[in-house]
Amino acid sequence: MYGVHRNNVGRAMSPRPEAAIHATDLRMSYGTTRVLEGIDLDVRPGEVFAMLGPNGAGKTTTISILTTLLRPTHGSATIAGFDVAREPRRVREVISLTGQFAAVDSKLTGRENLLLMARLHHLPRRSVRGRADELLERFDLVAAADRLVGTYSGGMRRRLDLAISLVARPQVLFLDEPTTGLDPRSRQTVWDLVREVADDGTTTFLTTQYLEEADRLADRIAVIDEGRVVAEGTASQLKSGLGEAFVELVLADATQTRIPTDGSIEHVGEVLANIRRQGLDVQRWQVREPTLDEVFLALTGHRAAPTTDVIAGARR
Amino acid sequence: MSATNLALRDTSTMIGRSVRRSTREIDTLLLSILLPVMVMALFVYVFGGAITPEGGYVDYVVPGVILLCAGYGAAQTAVAVAGDMAEGIVDRFRTLPILPSSVLVGHVVASLARNTVSTVCVVGVAYAVGFRPTAGSLEWLAAAGVVLLFVLGFSWLSVCVGLVAGSAESASGFTFFVLFLPYVSSAFVPTETMPRALHAFAEHQPVTPVIETLRGLLMGTPNDAAWLAVAWCAGLAVVGAVGAAVLFGRRGRAR
Repeated sequence: MYGVHRNNVGRAMSPRPEAAIHATDLRMSYGTTRVLEGIDLDVRPGEVFAMLGPNGAGKTTTISILTTLLRPTHGSATIAGFDVAREPRRVREVISLTGQFAAVDSKLTGRENLLLMARLHHLPRRSVRGRADELLERFDLVAAADRLVGTYSGGMRRRLDLAISLVARPQVLFLDEPTTGLDPRSRQTVWDLVREVADDGTTTFLTTQYLEEADRLADRIAVIDEGRVVAEGTASQLKSGLGEAFVELVLADATQTRIPTDGSIEHVGEVLANIRRQGLDVQRWQVREPTLDEVFLALTGHRAAPTTDVIAGARR
Repeated sequence: MSATNLALRDTSTMIGRSVRRSTREIDTLLLSILLPVMVMALFVYVFGGAITPEGGYVDYVVPGVILLCAGYGAAQTAVAVAGDMAEGIVDRFRTLPILPSSVLVGHVVASLARNTVSTVCVVGVAYAVGFRPTAGSLEWLAAAGVVLLFVLGFSWLSVCVGLVAGSAESASGFTFFVLFLPYVSSAFVPTETMPRALHAFAEHQPVTPVIETLRGLLMGTPNDAAWLAVAWCAGLAVVGAVGAAVLFGRRGRAR
């Protein structure tokens, strides 16, 4: 895992150019609507960084600024040391964006899409075909390579989308809600692929409204709400803000109660003994850690998207 | 590779993309050929007898039909561009280290290619129904130039429309507008026969001088509108291209 050797001390001391993504006080407003209210980011090379937040929190706006699509009203950002506003072309040479809606040409075949992007990335002429074949193989699209993308399923489009993003071996890969609208199996496949790409050392910045996704993929998570980063850390750091664990009781009248615990046998035993003494009618009980959903609720005062509600995703 | 070389390479890649897409949209290409053929049949065989009972109407109407076809074909560019803008692919293009407008140039060049094919078909059909132009090879060459310039102008205008349309469906409304422009011109009947307001419009819209020029070149009719025709088409092309560049740049910042 990546996170292990990167403690906060090392991060503070590392010189700025080392940051794969660095953003200072990004603000964005349209007229009087303020979409971003000062976002600071620091993503290290090779890291998988997730920006987690509900719809309308400012995730896509942030990713658009970082990928040179939007100019911020205030603040600055660099990608691999290049300024997104002053050196957009240099930035574009090292990044790749997989947008929220599969950015593929549905009137071309999968292979043609890859060839097109390879050429636009100025890959050497003789390596264009080989690179396309390699990616078709890796993303399990060989059988569908010469079919029009318009006939692809959602999962196949996403896989092609990812493959296209990797054509030029980007240093920094941006994924805007990579699994929104996918069925559970395709979602799992995309997760595996993203993990694989990250393990190759590609810095990956992804946005998601699924807590489970951030938990599964990211080394570090920034929770964003109403244009602000409200918390940042590893999944377990974020969770530990709510206490290590708790004993959760469901009583006969269906009310729920939580009693914080350090999770040790002694303490849990004590808690349970206490409950017995009080003579409560307990239907079920368990000892568990807080979920990211609960973390989100505690941080923002409202819930994020349902954790595993894929149906809701597919409806979008 | 130098910046110019790269820009040329990117543009030719994008042209390749747009042309390939055009070959996949056989229905659009067929429609832009069949439609003028039907219009031609309608005017030559149905109305022609009434308009000029002594015959020879086909020679009057063919230049108009050629432009009707070319205008409609060029306007299809709006649909293609709007489709691109609606799909996520344009955002991907914008994050590539390429000349941003190369995707638009690709669409315009593909439109020129498409319309060359369909215009050749229309001229072939015109011959079959009795069109007998008096043009020599120089006049033919000039006529081809006028049609291409007309397509260029209307294609760039269509790019602008496609950029603001928001969806392919609303962009296709524009193709109908362009389809009807030749009717209110000297394409099918002399403009003097129209009511005053329509006559004024017909006299001052771009299609009339272009048709008069084309008719002059192909049929040897008197023509003093050539410069006006060239000015209209070149003007539309320049204004359209500049407008497209501005709109394309702005849309990136507007969302």
